[in-house]
Amino acid sequence: MLETMPNRAAIWNFLFGRLTLDSLPFLANNAEGRILLVTLAVVVIIGAAILGAITKYRKWGYLWHEWLTSVDHKKLGIMYMILGTVMLLRGFSDAIMMRAQQAYAFGPQMGYLPPEHYDQIFSAHGAIMIFFVGMTYIVGLMNYIMPLQIGSRDVAFPYLNNLSFWFTFGGAILFMVSLFIGDFSMAGWLGYPPVSELQPGPGVDYYIWGLQLSGVGTLLTGINFVVTILKMRAPGMTLMKMPVFTWTSLATSGLIIATFPVLTATLFLLGLDRYVGTHFFTDGFGGNLMMYINLIWIWGHPEVYILILPLFGVFSEIVPTFSGKPLFAYSSMVYATIAIMILSYLVWLHHFFTMGSGADVNSFFSLTTMMIAIPTGVKIFNWLFTMYHGRVRYTVPMLWAMGFLFTFTIGGMTGVMLSVTPADFLLHNSLFLIAHFHNVIIGGVVFGAFAAVNFWFPKAFGFKLDEFWGKATFWFWLVGFWVAFGPLYVLGLMGVTRRLSHFDDPSLQPWFIVAAFGAFLIALGILTFIIQIYVSIRRRKEYAVGGDPWDGRTLEWSTSSPPPDYNYAFIPVVHHRDAWATMKNLGFARPQGGYNDIHMPKNTATGVIVGALSFACAFGLTWYIWWLAALSLLGVIIVSIVHSFDYHQHHHILAEEVGRFESGSNQAAAQGTNA
Amino acid sequence: MRPKPGSANAMTMKRLRSVLLLPLLLLGGCNLVLLTPSGDVARQQSDIMIITTVIIALIIVPVMIAIAVVAWRYRASNKEAKYDPHWDHSPQLELWVWAGPLLVIIAVGAVSWIGTHQTDPYRALDRIGSGRPVPADVKPLEVEVVSLRWKWLFLYPQYGIATVNELAAPIDRPIRFKLTGDTMMDSFFIPALVGQVYTMPGMQTILHGVINEPGEYKGFSANYSGTGFTDMRFTFHGLSTPDFDAWVGKARAAGGDLDFAAYEKLREPSRAAPVQYYAKYDANLYDRILNMCVRPGEICRSQMMAADAHGGGAMPGMHASDAMKPMVDAPKPVAPAAAAH
Repeated sequence: MLETMPNRAAIWNFLFGRLTLDSLPFLANNAEGRILLVTLAVVVIIGAAILGAITKYRKWGYLWHEWLTSVDHKKLGIMYMILGTVMLLRGFSDAIMMRAQQAYAFGPQMGYLPPEHYDQIFSAHGAIMIFFVGMTYIVGLMNYIMPLQIGSRDVAFPYLNNLSFWFTFGGAILFMVSLFIGDFSMAGWLGYPPVSELQPGPGVDYYIWGLQLSGVGTLLTGINFVVTILKMRAPGMTLMKMPVFTWTSLATSGLIIATFPVLTATLFLLGLDRYVGTHFFTDGFGGNLMMYINLIWIWGHPEVYILILPLFGVFSEIVPTFSGKPLFAYSSMVYATIAIMILSYLVWLHHFFTMGSGADVNSFFSLTTMMIAIPTGVKIFNWLFTMYHGRVRYTVPMLWAMGFLFTFTIGGMTGVMLSVTPADFLLHNSLFLIAHFHNVIIGGVVFGAFAAVNFWFPKAFGFKLDEFWGKATFWFWLVGFWVAFGPLYVLGLMGVTRRLSHFDDPSLQPWFIVAAFGAFLIALGILTFIIQIYVSIRRRKEYAVGGDPWDGRTLEWSTSSPPPDYNYAFIPVVHHRDAWATMKNLGFARPQGGYNDIHMPKNTATGVIVGALSFACAFGLTWYIWWLAALSLLGVIIVSIVHSFDYHQHHHILAEEVGRFESGSNQAAAQGTNA
Repeated sequence: MRPKPGSANAMTMKRLRSVLLLPLLLLGGCNLVLLTPSGDVARQQSDIMIITTVIIALIIVPVMIAIAVVAWRYRASNKEAKYDPHWDHSPQLELWVWAGPLLVIIAVGAVSWIGTHQTDPYRALDRIGSGRPVPADVKPLEVEVVSLRWKWLFLYPQYGIATVNELAAPIDRPIRFKLTGDTMMDSFFIPALVGQVYTMPGMQTILHGVINEPGEYKGFSANYSGTGFTDMRFTFHGLSTPDFDAWVGKARAAGGDLDFAAYEKLREPSRAAPVQYYAKYDANLYDRILNMCVRPGEICRSQMMAADAHGGGAMPGMHASDAMKPMVDAPKPVAPAAAAH
């Protein structure tokens, strides 16, 4: 009897690593435990309802064959957008909890969240919003739009594209699992040491492995898109005839290739410090925490341009379309994009002017930072002059573009303020900074994503989104943003710093209450967006459109909505910028026959399997379940090798099938398309 | 002190400041400390922030107005506005589109370059206010700052006293901070006095500032450093010289001794620690904290670096332990084992 006890512990330890029943926070008998238990119950009920519905309507086969194993860039793009929206709900829940705590925790009132919990929430909020909302949205948009814009039938490496999605998905699930098993990092969204080195338990390890998974996925996407854009453009589409969204996709993908390896390496070194006791970022034994902070921002600053550039591209498509004019100063726009791409590498130190580097170093980075305002200013002017002498139609996408122009410009102004070193010594880490970067990320990335969804949704599904709910969403977000972050600018000037979970000074409280109300307005904006999607699906017959509902200018509007699997029955030949607008001017007529067999990549389950194994590996590493980590890593390698010997990864869509689809969509096109 | 009324620069700044503050003050009369600081360096930094904002506003405001005007005028329903579906470039306009932002950035860049050097935290002060150079006979107040989990330790080498979570300085006397951290990275920030600087374990930063008006000011860590960070606040007292002397006397009268053993207790993590005074502390304390060798037997970083400079353990015929040994055992600097008790 006495001898079996340690054995049992050893077996448990072998099987589950450091995972015990105590690691399940929702079992704890306190306020947080109860909050988590309710959350878990809601997740389980919703999850069961969805799985039950799929089973009831016998959709498993459809889901598996048409979506999960699909290598079609359009379907992957839609899956990324859905994942991003789900993660937006999670990241926004964190935001609401933070706003509630800060509106409430004054003086003797400590609020409902202790620091241990609050610190996890702000760390999760930032990491999720950047990696699983922002990145997921832009990768989704590039996936859907870019191959269509260059007149291609898919990306260069379709299987890799599917694999990238499942890596990202695995990372997102790992973040979500940390909510119910163990805890999450308290080290902020960038995992600064020493906090990230010293926090015991699995929290930081969840963070590291979640980001490693999604980071690898993003890197593969970057490679995939650069090759696609450079090698798979339609004949005649020279670089300077590419649509601007494709240009920004190229710039963003280039940035991804150059910077994501830095993130991977940095997190790997942090992992070594935590797992095997190296001293890369510790305070002694030759390590230095500032090395981490430099490295993470050498990735992190280009990252914010990775996020914003594709949305600059989105606005460069939307503003000309709804102004009925070509984009003003196309070449300027391209050079401005490239300038931003290059400069974004040279500014990382402005995130820590206050580390005590000398005045010369700080001046250099101050100047490079404000230099980015030049090409960005050029872009604003170019959008302005695109509307000039135009006929501007204020559809929902165009409203978002206008909201962006006003909001983002102010964010740019506060950004230049922060780039001035002496001002930054006062404003660094303050709520002014928080207001600034939400100003550019919400005003730029989020507004851009909503604009893009409203603009290209009819292309993807063949019907428009509801205008009323679209406008409601826009106004809730626009007003909500300013009500939520205007007070933060003021609080920053009052000398209030970020990441505080409790305050002494009661004179700050009204501002935080207003900010919380702003977050509530944004919540309504998210709700109306979901309503917009629901209402539009219900009225899809009424809202149905043809291939070109907005009088578009680029190639994606020349094919049917939704496009067939093969995108184009005939690869278009490009002679001018705004290829589709030119084709329309020249009286283009859709071909009525003469179709050929089309060679397309075949679906594969490998991406799902490798993604699942990678998730298992990351989970094993997080919890020190070594057998699981080792076996699943071995599995990843074996499955990848086996897949590379599969020579039957292609199939043909026969000419008759193409003909059948094309004649159907030709009829739809003939019934009038313009809205 | 506030800029002298006579100086033209000061007048302009004052006017700019009131123009800028007006809308914000209307919002609720709150204390916008970053715009109305009480120390000369913070005031210069604040002035630079305001000048920058005004320069950028010179381009941003017209652009925003232009966007609104163009967006309204060229709305689709206005058939009177000119519609030119082919107008997509204009060399002159594009030149201005690049030149406008460039000119603004040259102006802001010049302000930033000069300001960065003028308010460089390492730069010893040559003035205590606009047009008020530092008097020749005034020596800066030396303060050594250590950020602990989660409280602030201040050492006054010129007075031999130490305090926790309370800092005081005489008005109009330059202060020279030497800063380091014990375990975490924090940011030492008194918004009314001077911009912030990180405190990092094993590293030292320098900060110069001066307080011009008597008063109680907020100080805190502006860099998240773990669970106790939210309460990591202290009070900074700007005092007249006699009041400062009285304050030093109060600390001395409190009588505690911050020896190494007491420091070991102090460095244990705690939240919202109360104010404490120490009449004396070990003269080597700050250097030992900075070199991460407070505990007996720990090798100071300065020693380790000296050993490394001599080849460390990698030199032929030399062992790491040999290289370190004579330095640890040498009477100078500080033998840790002896000093701890």
